[in-house]
Amino acid sequence: MTTQSDTPLLELHGVSKSFGAVQALFEVDFHVSRGEIMALVGDNGAGKSTLIKCIAGIHPFDSGEIRFEGEPVHIHGPKDSARLGVEVVYQDLALCDNLDVVQNMYLGREQVDGARRLNETAMEAKAQETLRGLSVTSMSSVRQTVAGLSGGQRQSVAVAKAVMWNSKLVILDEPTAALGVAQTRQVLELVKRLGEQGLAVILISHNLHDIFEVADSITVLRLGQNVAAYKRSETNQQQVVEAITAGKLSKVPGQQQEAIA
Amino acid sequence: MSTVAEQPPAPAAPARETVRAYARRWLTDVKSGDLGSLPIIVGLILIAIVFQTQNDRFLTASNFVNLIVQTAPYAVIAMGVTFALLLGEIDLSIGFVSGVGGVLVALLLIPDGNELPTAVAIAVALAAGLGIGVLHGLIITKVGVPSFVVTLAGLLAWNGVVLLLIGSRGTVILQNDFVIGVANDFMAPGMAWILMVVCVALYAGVLLVRLRNREKAGLANDPLVIIGLRIAGLAVVLAIVVAVANQDRGIPYSGILVGALLLFWTYVLNRTRFGRHVYAVGGNQEAARRAGIDVDRVKIACFAIVSVMAVLGGIILASRLRSVDTNTGGGQALLYPIAAAVIGGTSLFGGRGTMKAALLGAIVMISIDNGLGLLGLSSGTKFVVTGGVLLLAVTVDSISRRGRVHSGRA
Repeated sequence: MTTQSDTPLLELHGVSKSFGAVQALFEVDFHVSRGEIMALVGDNGAGKSTLIKCIAGIHPFDSGEIRFEGEPVHIHGPKDSARLGVEVVYQDLALCDNLDVVQNMYLGREQVDGARRLNETAMEAKAQETLRGLSVTSMSSVRQTVAGLSGGQRQSVAVAKAVMWNSKLVILDEPTAALGVAQTRQVLELVKRLGEQGLAVILISHNLHDIFEVADSITVLRLGQNVAAYKRSETNQQQVVEAITAGKLSKVPGQQQEAIA
Repeated sequence: MSTVAEQPPAPAAPARETVRAYARRWLTDVKSGDLGSLPIIVGLILIAIVFQTQNDRFLTASNFVNLIVQTAPYAVIAMGVTFALLLGEIDLSIGFVSGVGGVLVALLLIPDGNELPTAVAIAVALAAGLGIGVLHGLIITKVGVPSFVVTLAGLLAWNGVVLLLIGSRGTVILQNDFVIGVANDFMAPGMAWILMVVCVALYAGVLLVRLRNREKAGLANDPLVIIGLRIAGLAVVLAIVVAVANQDRGIPYSGILVGALLLFWTYVLNRTRFGRHVYAVGGNQEAARRAGIDVDRVKIACFAIVSVMAVLGGIILASRLRSVDTNTGGGQALLYPIAAAVIGGTSLFGGRGTMKAALLGAIVMISIDNGLGLLGLSSGTKFVVTGGVLLLAVTVDSISRRGRVHSGRA
């Protein structure tokens, strides 16, 4: 057994998932370590979303092994993955526009005092501390409603919400898809800081430029199989694009269709 | 007109804000469409000026007390229906559910030898309201029928129940002293003053404790002057209410009940997890569900609150009229409360609204109704004017919302 620091935080060995006749994932190996920013790339339908949904406990894997901190675990539902310290920031962020930043960060996990009253003071202090820890300082007030925030600020709130709960692995689904240049920068800086703070990060993105800017490693999925895994420092965009579009498959599903196409 | 506007705005730096910065922020909020209670207070002043110039009886102590008595039942129902509106749902059945409540209490208290004790009769009516609300909520959440349809069916069905309960009696006269006293007995002047002082002291205490806690946690606070002004403002408003009412008969117990319910539900909405979840479900149901909130349970609880409050309002209404008949729950009780909540600034799209808004809206509705009555105008005119005011209020909200969109606060 290797020492803890060498053990990846999350390891998937040969996981498969099918929906009826559709093989969404086939014998995928995947791992991410503490402090590592792992980019997950692939064309539409490559199985990226299925993979993160399975890690998040929304769907169960059909077969394969999951190890968390070296120990085999079973994830049967979102609560299991949350207990392990896995938080997902979905593309639509799931924030309530009519609530303020603090209220959103604590939604569903509000702190109450002895008399079951909301402990606003404690929540505001902790939320501010978390945001400061991530160097999110562009908001004028944490008591501002989320409706008044920019896209980048909203993304920051969603990420801060995810890391506030002693999470170990944060999964970001297309965090920069809807953002402008300056705000993309803001969010990428935030992603880097998550890695620096020792969290494992899985970043899903179509934007290779962004990925090459922040990711430490890149896993490429194609038609439900992982076709390549690179260290960022040892690859280039062209290689990754080739893997996304024409990576070598160990098993070719629907071979005839491929041949016709 | 958002709820969060009521909360103390806090700058990023943990320092006490200057009054000037606070004023500037308030002005920015107003310009960007966050009008708070401003339009409705302007509206009330306008109403007072218009009716007073037309008929100098409008602003007398006696009419002031009348206004409180007339507003109370609708304010209670409006506060209840706000819980449905906060979810982005609606409850059209409130009028006849309040009718069922009033009629049940009246029937159970007919002194024919087997009448129930007063408390039991009221409890039975409230329990009926609870049952009705839970039934509505279950059909809406578990079956998935839109609340509009469920409560429209409720409007018809509970109207039928009122008629069935009344049967061939036509009119049932209330003879129970306690129930009649709710709207027709008045608090002794001295008691009213004591209560007023206690309320102001409690408010000041709450604000000061919050100030100290936030200071201890290194969080930003409002300027002391603003906090002082808030306390003084409440003291002045309550003092005027008590002083004017005491010149006449005093404050009716139904008015005290409205105040107590206002405090209670405001507390529930702002300081409990349930209240927070109500706003969350109204703001973004999917986000609430993903945050682990049991959306169905929140909705069922809200519809239960709507119906229980409707029954309570129905009892107060029956008390004011001293009788119930086949029209109970119809007419004004049908839609006035929803209009009151909306005029007060509660959004029909969910997520925005307060108890205070419901009360202020009810005061506006009833002031107009009362004022037009003093001018001797018919119900026809009353309904046309109230309809116009409702439209105006929603228009003001829509325009200010446009301001919100421009400033990114949609």
